[in-house]
Amino acid sequence: MFKIKTIFAAVALASSLAFSSAAPAAEGGGMEAELQNWSFSGLFGTYDTHQLQRGFQVFQEVCSGCHSADLLAFRNLSEEGGLGYTEGQVKALAAEYSIMDPSTDSGERPAVSADRWPSPFETEQDARDSNNGAYPPDFSVLAKARGITQKFPYWAFNYFTAYQEGGPDFIYNVLTNYAEPPHGVEVGDGQYYNAYLGHGISMPPPLADGLITYEDESLPQTTEQYAHDVSAFMMWMADPHLVSRKEMGFRVLLFLVLFAGMMYLVKRKVWANVEH
Amino acid sequence: MAGNSTYTPTNPVEKWLDDRLPLVRFSKEHLMDFPTPKNLNYWWTFGAILAMMLVVQIVTGIILAMHYTPNVDLAFNSVEHIRRDVNYGRIIQGSHAVGASMFFFAVYVHIFRGLYFGSYKAPREILWILGCLIFLLMMATAFMGYVLPWGQMSFWGATVITNIFSAIPLVGDSLMEFLRGGFAVDNATLNRFFSLHYLLPFVIAAVVALHIWALHVPGNNNPTGVEVSSSRDTLSFHPYYTMKDLFAIVVFFIPFAWFVFFAPDILGHPDNYIMANSQVTPTHIVPEWYLLPFYAMLRAIDFNVLFIDSKLGGVIVMFGSILILFVLPWLDTSKVRSGNFRPLFRPFYWIFVLNFLALLYLGAQPAEGIYTILAKLCTAYYFVYFIVILPVLARIETPRPLPKSISESVLGTAH
Repeated sequence: MFKIKTIFAAVALASSLAFSSAAPAAEGGGMEAELQNWSFSGLFGTYDTHQLQRGFQVFQEVCSGCHSADLLAFRNLSEEGGLGYTEGQVKALAAEYSIMDPSTDSGERPAVSADRWPSPFETEQDARDSNNGAYPPDFSVLAKARGITQKFPYWAFNYFTAYQEGGPDFIYNVLTNYAEPPHGVEVGDGQYYNAYLGHGISMPPPLADGLITYEDESLPQTTEQYAHDVSAFMMWMADPHLVSRKEMGFRVLLFLVLFAGMMYLVKRKVWANVEH
Repeated sequence: MAGNSTYTPTNPVEKWLDDRLPLVRFSKEHLMDFPTPKNLNYWWTFGAILAMMLVVQIVTGIILAMHYTPNVDLAFNSVEHIRRDVNYGRIIQGSHAVGASMFFFAVYVHIFRGLYFGSYKAPREILWILGCLIFLLMMATAFMGYVLPWGQMSFWGATVITNIFSAIPLVGDSLMEFLRGGFAVDNATLNRFFSLHYLLPFVIAAVVALHIWALHVPGNNNPTGVEVSSSRDTLSFHPYYTMKDLFAIVVFFIPFAWFVFFAPDILGHPDNYIMANSQVTPTHIVPEWYLLPFYAMLRAIDFNVLFIDSKLGGVIVMFGSILILFVLPWLDTSKVRSGNFRPLFRPFYWIFVLNFLALLYLGAQPAEGIYTILAKLCTAYYFVYFIVILPVLARIETPRPLPKSISESVLGTAH
């Protein structure tokens, strides 16, 4: 039998091992991140199709002017658990974009579903030249390459709640916290002060109230709403199969718990006549 | 242990085979009839858990290698390709990455179980040394595996770790260049790490076979530390321990699945989702959590001792912390194996466990202020435990009376 003490010791060991790996990611030096509610958090999290479509609109109209998304293929937009577009819609959308293709006569052709999202700049140097020397990072997995810092003991709970939304929380907080630099803080030439980061960044405030017109007019057309939607979209882009993964995970856990219960009974039966 | 077999070939084919290659007899002796102490607790199931984890890592790894491209320009995106486009790729890749962490968690439990119950003492020294060798190989394999996705932490981890070899006098710089395949971590490094990362698990599997062989000569240690004296003390491995181990494996898979499906990135570092860039150094370079205690000891030595500079000192301490495990059977000369019967040993042991966890924590912190002082203290205790405390305890401690046999202890402490 398990001894209670043993179980406690094991849990203590497990959690303390887990603790130490909570190395803070990209620093939010300025202020504590304001955590958002995400539809894709938790055990049963799924993407909100409409939110992803709105986020995609923000990406299309604003972000994609400077940021590439090399790993995003048009076909991804019609995949299950994502934006919910039909293959026909994606085909039509792709046709609006042109792709550099040296194998064609003109060196250029309309995109098809299988193509990746075209980059706004041909080379990194072109991108830097157009952006005051800064290189706008690729969006493909950006939502996973960022995280927020949390004080002890809050980050320790993440191992038990499976909090994986540090990336979108980070992005949301950056997008909504542009401000005038506080007295005595200087930002570099061509930089903009961000209160969440606590220092200047090269990206000008990309969003403003009313900047984008959503089809659904009942929604607030505010920076916060845009930021929320585009952060969700970026999470989808970084983890497009999150929904199917979590669904499968639930079935796997259920199976393992039942299997463990049955194995426990088998073990008990086998050991029934042994003095141990 | 030969000669435990009750195997008699039942048909001419088995008889024919048995006279030529007694494979069935061998399996029956070692996988079914092997006499195992009947008082093993659940800490002993981690051996089977580890064997299973090695299989999981090798199987998922072989599949990953079918889709992975070891080239500095393609590696990062090929891993993303696995996660995005390969059928079940995100599960396979997630299992492999999380599996490394679970593997190390299990190996630490396994090692600390051995430390508490004195499983390294005669006649199990070779068994213990082979285990230390497996641990060392695991660390090398895991380190090289972490380099393969070619993210920022991959690149800078590889740079830091290969750089420490340059501290070795005379041959250091040549050795570093040899490991990297050039002056800096680059395509040559990635290629050789991929090749070795594929090779080493099979070396581990071979040493595991020796480890189990060395286990099957003296047989298992047990929580009392008293040797098996009669067949009343033992049970056949199958079905008693096959079923118990299988139960433990399934339970172990529950947190494993939890991480794979619901938090596959929580044990890693976000910076590794940024492609390696030799021009941008991350703010803090940290290895994976399971290497942090040793990383903390490496960084704890920030002072020179005589002609040994701090860098070489750190390297000596880090490798020494693992090499000292190899000679542990001759440092702890206490005749009593199990910590249960050693009242003085126990508090020092638990301090050692906490000390190790503290080192793990400190390895993740920036090397500054209070953290460096604590890291020095913890490093000191790590070595003092092996070099001073264990040898002294063996001389001054009066152990509690041992049970006469395993059966007696079982009957005496019925619960």
